[in-house]
Order: sequence, then structure tokens, then C-alpha cells
Amino acid sequence: MAQLTMIQAITEALKTEMKNDENVLVFGEDVGNNGGVFRATEGLQKEFGEDRVFDTPLAESGIGGLAIGLALQGYRPVPEIQFFGFVFEVMDSISGQMARMRFRSGGSLSSPVTIRSPFGGGVHTPEMHADSLEGLMAAQPGLKVVIPSTPYDAKGLLISAIRDNDPVIFLEHMKLYRSFRQEVPEEEYTIPLGKADVKREGKDLTIIAYGAMVQESMKAAEELEKENYSVEVVDLRTIQPLDIETIIASVEKTGRAMVVQEAQKQAGIAAGVVAEITDRAILTLEAPVLRVTAPDSVFPFSQAEQVWLPNSKDIVETAKKVLTF
Amino acid sequence: MAAKKSQQFDPVETLNAIEEKFEMVQILNEEGEIVNEEADPKLSDEDLQELMTRMVYTRILDQRSISLNRQGRLGFYAPTAGQEASQLASHFALTKEDFILPGYRDVPQLIWHGWPLHQAFLFSRGHFMGNQMAEGLNILPPQIIIGAQFIQATGVALGMQKRKKEAVAVTYTGDGGSSQGDFYEGINFAGAFRAPAIFIVQNNQYAISTPRELQTSAKTIAQKAVSAGIPGVLVDGMDPLAVYAVTRDARERAVKGDGPTLIETLCYRYGPHTMAGDDPTRYRTSDIDSEWEKKDPLVRFRKYLEAKGIWDESKENEVIEKAKEEIKAAIKKADGAPKQKVSDLLEIMYEDVPFNVQEQLDIYKAKESK
Repeated sequence: MAQLTMIQAITEALKTEMKNDENVLVFGEDVGNNGGVFRATEGLQKEFGEDRVFDTPLAESGIGGLAIGLALQGYRPVPEIQFFGFVFEVMDSISGQMARMRFRSGGSLSSPVTIRSPFGGGVHTPEMHADSLEGLMAAQPGLKVVIPSTPYDAKGLLISAIRDNDPVIFLEHMKLYRSFRQEVPEEEYTIPLGKADVKREGKDLTIIAYGAMVQESMKAAEELEKENYSVEVVDLRTIQPLDIETIIASVEKTGRAMVVQEAQKQAGIAAGVVAEITDRAILTLEAPVLRVTAPDSVFPFSQAEQVWLPNSKDIVETAKKVLTF
Repeated sequence: MAAKKSQQFDPVETLNAIEEKFEMVQILNEEGEIVNEEADPKLSDEDLQELMTRMVYTRILDQRSISLNRQGRLGFYAPTAGQEASQLASHFALTKEDFILPGYRDVPQLIWHGWPLHQAFLFSRGHFMGNQMAEGLNILPPQIIIGAQFIQATGVALGMQKRKKEAVAVTYTGDGGSSQGDFYEGINFAGAFRAPAIFIVQNNQYAISTPRELQTSAKTIAQKAVSAGIPGVLVDGMDPLAVYAVTRDARERAVKGDGPTLIETLCYRYGPHTMAGDDPTRYRTSDIDSEWEKKDPLVRFRKYLEAKGIWDESKENEVIEKAKEEIKAAIKKADGAPKQKVSDLLEIMYEDVPFNVQEQLDIYKAKESK
């Protein structure tokens, strides 16, 4: 089995689905000859031709509209938004249009579009490149939102996203693109959307996280193990819809939970997870469900990133509060 | 070494020269006379009668829709009177394989493309069955977001090009719509891909209350095509023959692989923006109204057809009666649609119902069965 980075696993998934389904089209800014600014689409244009892998003019809203129209002609578009901070330019196409296509048409039409986009802090990008805007997406009825944390998950989830007949926002954390390798099977496989994954089993505390915060939570769990705490880490993988069953089963087992997100605290995914836990498992809880998040300021690009982003130390600190409550 | 300049480039002169080129195409004047013999599309008598039938029918539909709205029997409605030539003569140049992406005022084209009238009424009421499109009916529901349909039309057109279809995507907006970013992105993308699209701007002079001259410093909207490197045409939008001819030509170019066209139809809406409280007397005078009424598309087309001896009062009355009857039947059919339940709405959110929706679906279904 090949040891792949997450970016390579993503390219593998795109190749797999382009081979499987001639209706899959890949397009966006610089995705053709250049293979994407992160090389996610490297070699695709050469292998599948300019008709199926192509550069667009530089306009995110136009790219979103193009995807909706192509889907109406039976295609399965996989557009790239070059950086997710640019999503505001294409918000109408996403929330106002593709998320509602099925509903607006009384169930007769659909937008089987998968929007891929890099996001996430810690890699010193310019302003409006790294923001965690997944909460904005998760708040739009009609969308599914997927955030892989490993190369293996990225391939299986992206294949599922492309095959899904509803629009999926597939967010790729830039820090995870090349930070580690993992065994990824060459053959195709899928990971169902809406299914979380227990990345580490434990008895004393459940840490629920997604994206790059899964790796930070794993580090924190190792630290806590040295102090004889047994920590379970649940990777949401899909943040809309949430895998309530897996979350609740874990919380009922450990009796203590916390949620970690890289995004700011206000109106976040973590808040929704906490609410689900209190709705469904409050009597099994031994302690309040705490959150580790970024502070509620605008994302400070580059220099202040490291002091601003949540990390494993913050997670250990909060975990101890929950564990010793 | 600097290039030699034969003469000083004059940007103002260049702009003026371009703007002067965009003259309004007219074939049938206000008196119903052919003024441009060469451009006359020479439609058959049957086609001329059919186009007139559609315009008369649509005028009646507009009148009935307005009164149904006032009676509380219709919901959202954007009046169409005055725009029949812009809407129906452009549509007359299309085939059923062509895909229409309408603005909210473009219900008539959808109906003549095959959208059942009772479904248009259900759409107006906000009933989810209104927009359930039959297989093979190549339309989208009326678009509310100004300009969103322009970028989608480019996507449909690019899809048609890739599928090697002999068809075009046609989209409509108004003069206000030509100020939106999506308008530019749509025409620019279509130009870059040479996609078979026709972009129609029905310049009815007002975006709700804002007059055309406040939208842009451009002398015409048609000239905006130049910036995208595509052909643009300014046409008398009250002249059915001219609107038909320029749309037919645009369609021919598109299916030949020569790319998209932007068409500006100069027209007027006699009614308010929508039936939701707009009062046109706040922003235009009755003098302006009557000036445009003299250009009325039905009046001039009637004169033309009567002079040809292929139209008369009894024919027109037949169409009016038929329209009234069909509208009545369609409203009755719409009244018979099942009452909407929250569970109906939850069920059409996703193909595979996710956990959160399923949980709510169960709750509402239990409530609804009580």
C-alpha cells in the first residue's frame, strides 16, 4: 500500500471518480495546466483532457453558477474555490441556489456539486485564505459539509461526496495537506458522509474534534495518558449532518466531554455539538461540556497565527478542568 | 524601442464611436408598417397568427393574474403587460430543446415552453408542487436573485456544448439586472467558453423605481457585450418581428458554435414592479405611460396582421375567451392541490434524508397524523 499525503489522496480520489464517471468535471482557477495552486489536480488535465478538466476565468460566483448549470445538463461538477476565504463571492450560488435546487423544484431537480476548497490556519497564508468558515456552510439547509483529518479519510470521503446527489462542501485543511503520510489503498473505497470516526478509544473523557484539531486532540490525549487519563477522540469528519449516534455513544461511555474547533467560538459547530449532548445525554454527564476554540477576533493572518490558533496545550488545560470537575 | 504611434489614441472618441454603433433594430413601426424590409423574418401566416395569439393570451393572463392577486387568490406576481414582444417573440425563436433560465417576470415564456398554467399559479402561491418540473421540460423556476440566472445559463450552455447538443440556453433579466456582478461574470464566462447562450435584458426603463439612466453611464446596455468580446444587439422591444429576428440570429450563431449574444430589448412595463405594494405613480408620470402605450406591441402587430387580412376582432375574441376559460380551469386545478405539510418540505431537502432532518420529520409526521 502506498504512503500518501492528504493532497495525494485527494488527487487519487479525483482520478478514481473521473475514471468511474465520465460526467465528473473538474474546474476552477488554475486547476488545469497548473494542477491547482496546491497541486491537488496535478496531472488530471493531461490524463482526462481539457474538456473535463479546465481553467475558468477568475470569478468565484461565475464558477458556482457554472457548476449549477452544468449539473442541469447531467454533469457532476467538482469545482475548486481556490481558497475558502473567497467563499463570500460565491455565497449566493452555494446557499441561495445549489443548496435549494432540490427544495425549490419540489424535489424534481438537484445540484450534485462537490465544492473542494483549502482552508485553515498555521501555514502563513495572506488574509482571507485561512479562515474557518465551515459554520457558515453548516448553517445552510440543503448542504452537506465534510472536513477530513487524514489522507485515508480524505480519499474515501471525497469519493462519497462526488457520488452524492446533493451539494457537498469539501474542506481541506492546508496544514494537513503535506504534514504526514498514511497508508492509502490504491483501489477505490468510500467512507459514508455523516459518519464520525473514533480515532482513539478511551474511558475517562471524550474529545470531539474535526479537521486539524483532530491531530492536536490526539497529541493532547497522549499527554494526558502520561497522567493516567484515558481519552477518547471522536473525529466528526462530516460536520453537517452530525453523527449524533457516535457522539452520544462515546459520551455515555466516558461521562465527560469537550469539543474542539479551530474556528472562533461564536455561533460555532462546537456549540451545536454541546447542545446535542445536553439534549440527549445530560444525565450521564459528570462535568460541564467545555469548548476549546479560537478567540472571537478576525483571523490574524501570518505573524499572530500561532498564538491565536488553539493547540494541544490548550486542549490539555481544558481537558483537566473537565476531568477534575 | 518604443512603438511608433501613427496618431494619438483618443479613448473618448473610441467610446463615442462604439456607442453610436448600437442603433436600435426595428422592423415593424408603431403604425404596424414594415420599415426594414431586408430584416423582415418573413414568418408564415400561421406563425404570425400564433405569435399574436400568444401575445393576446398573455395580456389576458396578466389582467386575470392581477385581479386574482387582488382577490387574495394568487401570491407573488410580477406584471408583464407591455413586455409581450420582448418575452414571447424572443421565445418564439426557440425550440423545446432550448433551456430557459427566467427572471421572476418571465412566467409567460415558461408557460409557452410547456410549464402548465396551474403550476405557475401554485408557484405564485408558494406551493412546492408548482416548480416540480416534468422530465424533459427545459426550464428553471423564476429566479428571484437578480442576475443569478446569468451565470447558471452559462453553465447550461457549456453543458450543451460538451454534450454536442443543437440547443441554446436563454436567460432573461431587466435593466437593473445588468448592473449585477453575475451579469458580467455570466456574459464573460460564456464568451470565454464560446458557449451557446443568449442573454436577454428586457430594459423596461425601471428597476422597481430606479430609472435606467441611474443604472449606468453606458448609453446602451447592449454595448456591455463589447467588454466580454461577444456580439450585442439593441432592439425595439415593443416590435415582435425585430425581437424575433435578432433572437433567431443569435440562436443560429450559438448552435453553429459562434458563441453567445447579448440582446437588449427596449420596452416598458405598464403595471407595477410586483403586486406587493409598488406604486408606479411615485416614479413615473402618466405622460410617460401614454408615450409607451403608443408603441404597444399588440396594437402594432394587430394593425400589421389586419392589413395582411389574417387577423380580425372575432379571431381575437376567440383567443380572449379561450384564455379566460383556461385560466379559470387552471386556478380550479391549483385550488385542488393538497395542503402543504411541514413533512412535505422536509422530505424534499435531500435525496438521502440525514439524521437531523429525519428526527424532525418523525416529529412532524406524528403531529400531522393527529
